[in-house]
Formats: sequence, C-alpha cells, structure tokens
Amino acid sequence: MTDLAATDPLPKPKRDLAPILLPIALALLMIPLIGSTSSWLTLTVASLAMGMMIFIMASGLTLVFGLMDVLNFGHGAFIAVGAYVATLVLAPFAASIQADSLWMNLAVLAPAALLSMAVSGALGLVVERVLILPVYGQHLKQILMTTGGLIVAEQTMYALWGPQIIPMPLPASLRGSFILGDVAIAKYRVLAMLIGLAVFIAIQLVLNRTKLGLLIRAGVENREMVEALGYRIRRLFLGVFMTGSALAGLGGVMWALYREQVHASMSDDLTVLIFIVVIIGGLGSIGGCFIGAILVAMVANYGGFLVPKLALVSNILLMVAILMWRPRGLYAVTSR
Amino acid sequence: MMILSGDPPRSRILTLVLVVIILALAATPFLFPGAKALNVAAKICVFAALVASYDLLLGYTGSVSFAHTMFYGIGSYAIAIALYGMGPNWAAVATGTVVGLPLAALLALAIGLFSLRVAAIFFAMITLAVASAFQVLASQLSWLTGGEDGRSFQLPELLRPGTVLISKNLFGFEINGRILTFYLVFAVSALMILALLRVVNSPFGRVLQAIRENRFRAEALGFRTVFHLTYANCLAALVAAGAGILNALWLRYAGPDTSLSFSIMLDILLMVVIGGMGTIYGAIIGASIFILAQNYLQSLMGVASKAASEAGLPLLPGLLHPDRWLLWLGLLFIASVYFFPTGVVGRLRNPAGDKGGDLH
Repeated sequence: MTDLAATDPLPKPKRDLAPILLPIALALLMIPLIGSTSSWLTLTVASLAMGMMIFIMASGLTLVFGLMDVLNFGHGAFIAVGAYVATLVLAPFAASIQADSLWMNLAVLAPAALLSMAVSGALGLVVERVLILPVYGQHLKQILMTTGGLIVAEQTMYALWGPQIIPMPLPASLRGSFILGDVAIAKYRVLAMLIGLAVFIAIQLVLNRTKLGLLIRAGVENREMVEALGYRIRRLFLGVFMTGSALAGLGGVMWALYREQVHASMSDDLTVLIFIVVIIGGLGSIGGCFIGAILVAMVANYGGFLVPKLALVSNILLMVAILMWRPRGLYAVTSR
Repeated sequence: MMILSGDPPRSRILTLVLVVIILALAATPFLFPGAKALNVAAKICVFAALVASYDLLLGYTGSVSFAHTMFYGIGSYAIAIALYGMGPNWAAVATGTVVGLPLAALLALAIGLFSLRVAAIFFAMITLAVASAFQVLASQLSWLTGGEDGRSFQLPELLRPGTVLISKNLFGFEINGRILTFYLVFAVSALMILALLRVVNSPFGRVLQAIRENRFRAEALGFRTVFHLTYANCLAALVAAGAGILNALWLRYAGPDTSLSFSIMLDILLMVVIGGMGTIYGAIIGASIFILAQNYLQSLMGVASKAASEAGLPLLPGLLHPDRWLLWLGLLFIASVYFFPTGVVGRLRNPAGDKGGDLH
C-alpha cells in the first residue's frame, strides 16, 4: 500500500477491457471467414440491431436481480404484453402506418411504444406487489411464483387476444434499406440500433451520474449497508422493477415490429435468450448485459450464415465458453 | 411398512385418498370401460412417476430444474427410435431401454457437474437453456427423430390391442394386449415410485434434505454437496427417462409435443407443487388432480363458457373457454405456493395449517 497525500485524487478502479474487446475481436475474426465485405457489414449491422433489442429486454432483469436478488422467470410476459398493447394502438391507425411519411409513422409508433411501456410498467407494479413481495428472499418460491405468473399472464393474453398470430406490419417509411455501395442496411435495424444505444446511454448516465444511480449501484453491491444509511431500498427496488418491466415492454414492441408479428409464445423463446444474455453478462451488470446481448446476436447471425445447423445450439456453446472463461459472467458485480 | 420404506402417508385421510386412487387405477380396465378412461389412467401412472422423480429434485434438494422433460423425452425417443428402426420386437425394447437410460444419466451428470456448483438460480437458468436447445435439436434432426411429426411405431406382438389373451369370460371382460400394456405401465410406475421412496428415506435422502435446508452447513458437516446433488440429479433423470419409455410405449408414439415441450415442464411443476413438495406421495395426488382436471375440467368449462356467452357477459366466455383451463390451474398454483406451500399432502398431514412449511 502506498500512502496517498490528501490532495491526491483517489486511485481509479482498474478498467476491465477484455469483455469489451471480445465482440470487436469476434466481428473482425469473421471478415475473412465470411469472405465478402458487404455481407459481413450487413450481418454485423443485423447482429448489432438484434443485440440492442435483446439488451433492452434483458436490462431490467439483470438490474432487478443485482439489486434485490430476485429472479423474475415471468419477465418474458412483459415483453409479450408490450407487443400486444402496441397492436391496440397500431391496428386502428393502420392507415397512417402505411402512409409513406416518416413523421406520420412515428406519430403513431411513439405513442404506441409509450403506452406499451406504461402498461407493462404498471403490470410490473402489480407483479412486484402481488407475486414477489410475499415471497421476498426465498429463491425457490420466487422461481415458482414468477413461473406461475408467466402461465397466468400467457393464458390471459390468449383469452384476451386469441391464440392466433397477429400480424404487425412495419411502417412504410421504415421498410426497405439504405444502399451504400453494395451494402444494404435495413432501415428498421438502424432505428433499433439508435433506440438501443439511447437506452444504454440513458441507463449508464442514470447509474453513474445521479444520486439515484449511486444508490442503485450501492444497493447492488451491499444492500444492507444502504438500508443502514436510512434509504428505503424496497421503494428503490420497486422503481427499478417497474422500469425494467417497461423496458421489456418497449423491447417487445421493437421485437414484434422486427418479426412483424405478435404471439403470446414469443415470451417463451425470448425468456431463454434473455437468461443466456444475463448469465453471460454477469448477473446485475448492465455493461455485461449489453456486451452479452451483442455477443449472443453476433453468434446467432454469423453462425446462421456460416453453419446454419449450428445456429440452434450456438447460444448454449457461447454460454459454456464464456462461463469456462469467467464462471460468474463477463462482469461479476454482485458478491453472490 | 417395508415396502413404503418406513415412510407411511401419516394421515388417515391421505391414506384413504391414496388407496382409492391406486385401487381405481388398478381396476380401471374393469371399472371404467372405454378408451378414454384407460388413457387417463395410464397418463396418471406415467406422470405420477415422472412428478415423483421431479420431487426428488425440487422437494428434497431444493434445486429447480427446467430440464426434466428433456430426460423424459430422451426415454420416449430412445424407445421410439429403437422400435421404429429395428421393428416391433423385444430386442428393440431392450435396446431402447439400454441406450436411453444411460444417455439420460450421462447428460444429467454433465449438467450437474457444470451447474450445480453454483446457486439454485443459475441451475434453473442453465437447465432452461439446455432444455430449449435440446428441444430445437430434436425437432431439427428429422432423419433420426422424425422432426415435428415425431415417430409412430408398432409394439411387439404381445402388447398389441389385437392380441387377445383371455377371451370374454362370464364377467364379460376381455384381456388383450392393450390391457397388458396398461398393467406394465402401472407396475413399472409403482416400482419407480417405491424406489424413489426408498431413496429419499435412505441416509442419502437425509443428506439431500440437509443440503436443502442449509447447504453451507451440510458442507461443513463434511458432505460433498456437489456429489450428492449430482447423484440426485442423475437418479431423477433415470426415473424420468423410465417414465418417458412408458409414455412412448403407451402412446406408440414419441414427438416433441408429447414428450419435450416446455408446457409439459410447467405441468410437472404445477403437479408437484399442488400435490406437495418433498413428500413423494404428493406426486400421485398432484398427477391425479391435474390430469383429471385436464381431461374432465375442460368439458365442464366448455359448458360454463357457453352459458356465459349466452348470458351475454363480457370477457367471461374467453376466460372460461376450455383451452384456458391452464389459466385457472396457474392461479391455483400461485395460491398454493403462497397459502399452502406444502401442497395437498402437507395440508392433510398438518391440518392446523402451519404456514411456515418445511421449505424455506
């Protein structure tokens, strides 16, 4: 230990760059394997867009776990609810969705997304109060309760909207691609990337630059200490849970537009994907979750292009590989 | 007492209910004529064994696995592929069993060694991911598994419905291959459940419960917890694969929907929690309640839904639609986790309603 004079700045924590370099290295490694630069660029943009969407859905889950040790197996339900609620707005305004004007499209899309976020956030409030609070601190029961919640939510959606797949067409102005030379980049993917980046930056700013974020980060590291300082961590947790649910709803809308369809079973498939992302990233870490989401999307896209058969199990292989390297995920935030 | 491994139901009502269920199952071919009743009874037998093996994991070790249907599916597919490829003979049945059971155990060993070292939550997530990958794999390897269509196959001569063993006697009953298959399913399921009862009441089972209550302390007492948990995982996988074999033999078919889907996993979870975790007997009760509801509640709900729509009520017809029966069971599931975590069996054993339960 070296002595520090009072005026010296505190030593900065060492930055762990290896996980950040991982997706970049993976992308660069793929250039020679894929061969053509244009298809590589298209695939890279596709995986970035997909990764951002997965990140939006997964970010709430990882924070909720990090802060309160609560794992919500019903997180997927918020995604599906968000998507269904968006159809409520988008269906009556089908005409302005099909109009070839970006502003008219956005004028419908933005309220739809906001409404989805509001509804899934409100649902998050109910779920937290009814399902999670009673079994707080008991892992086994949490898993069972939230799984039960998932069943009930899914069945209710079937009852309300019917078991059929609901089409959700992309707005006219977001269809098609930007053509740069011989590279085609789908417009919607650019939008998804922008929104994802915005969400990531917003979360990072809140976590690192505000008092609220300071409390959340402190809570992730040591909950009891924050409580001892007189902060109501339960209320903080409720806020994080609702925000996470709302983000899942937003992700659901984006994913539904990406697939151009809505179905209650989308929550099942995405839940698995999100869990893998959260495990890879390290439970509780937003940065890890971001990198994990991009890695999963990259493996899915590149793998699907190079070895289509492998794409099915590629996520599992990725998870095994990462956990071999770092058994607690890319960034181990919590001490649990 | 010997046969129950010194762990009787410990409640007069529970004993009565169990005896009624078992007698009813055993006598189904004679008491309830018709193919549907026999199907329901066989399904209850298969699921009772499957759920009991899941109870070994969930109730006795406290680890939530979402990969249990995978082992069930391995058993189903092993026997189906063997009988499909080798033709309907006993050698194929033996091959399927000899290949399927060790395969399930090996996979359970791999998953256990990989993920049981960490917290229960990790185990739950990893099993969920592995199971979903396996499901996709099974539907993609269509040259082997028949893809989404699955594999239909013929049973050996002796077990076919056409084989009449005892022609109609003066009671008017005919014993054919179908009924023989039913008794095979019944007997093997019963044996597996008794074996599980033996396991949980052995010193090994006590260690599992110690790990469930306080893993750190169990480790401090000198038990290698990872070894015990992995061993329990393998045993549960073996029984699940056995149940899968029975299921495939009964249905003469193995496919993703009947043996691998995530919804079966949720069904198992519902059964074990409603019946009572950590009791083994709960599996029989849970499976009976659930499968009876699945088969008979639906028609009841159909009537109610019709009545509601005729009365012009909003929303209710949709909520009462026969396909939505899982909604009501899901609500029952949440309520039972919350209000009586020890399930029906725990409630019957301790009617005073000790709300704490023995699960932390």
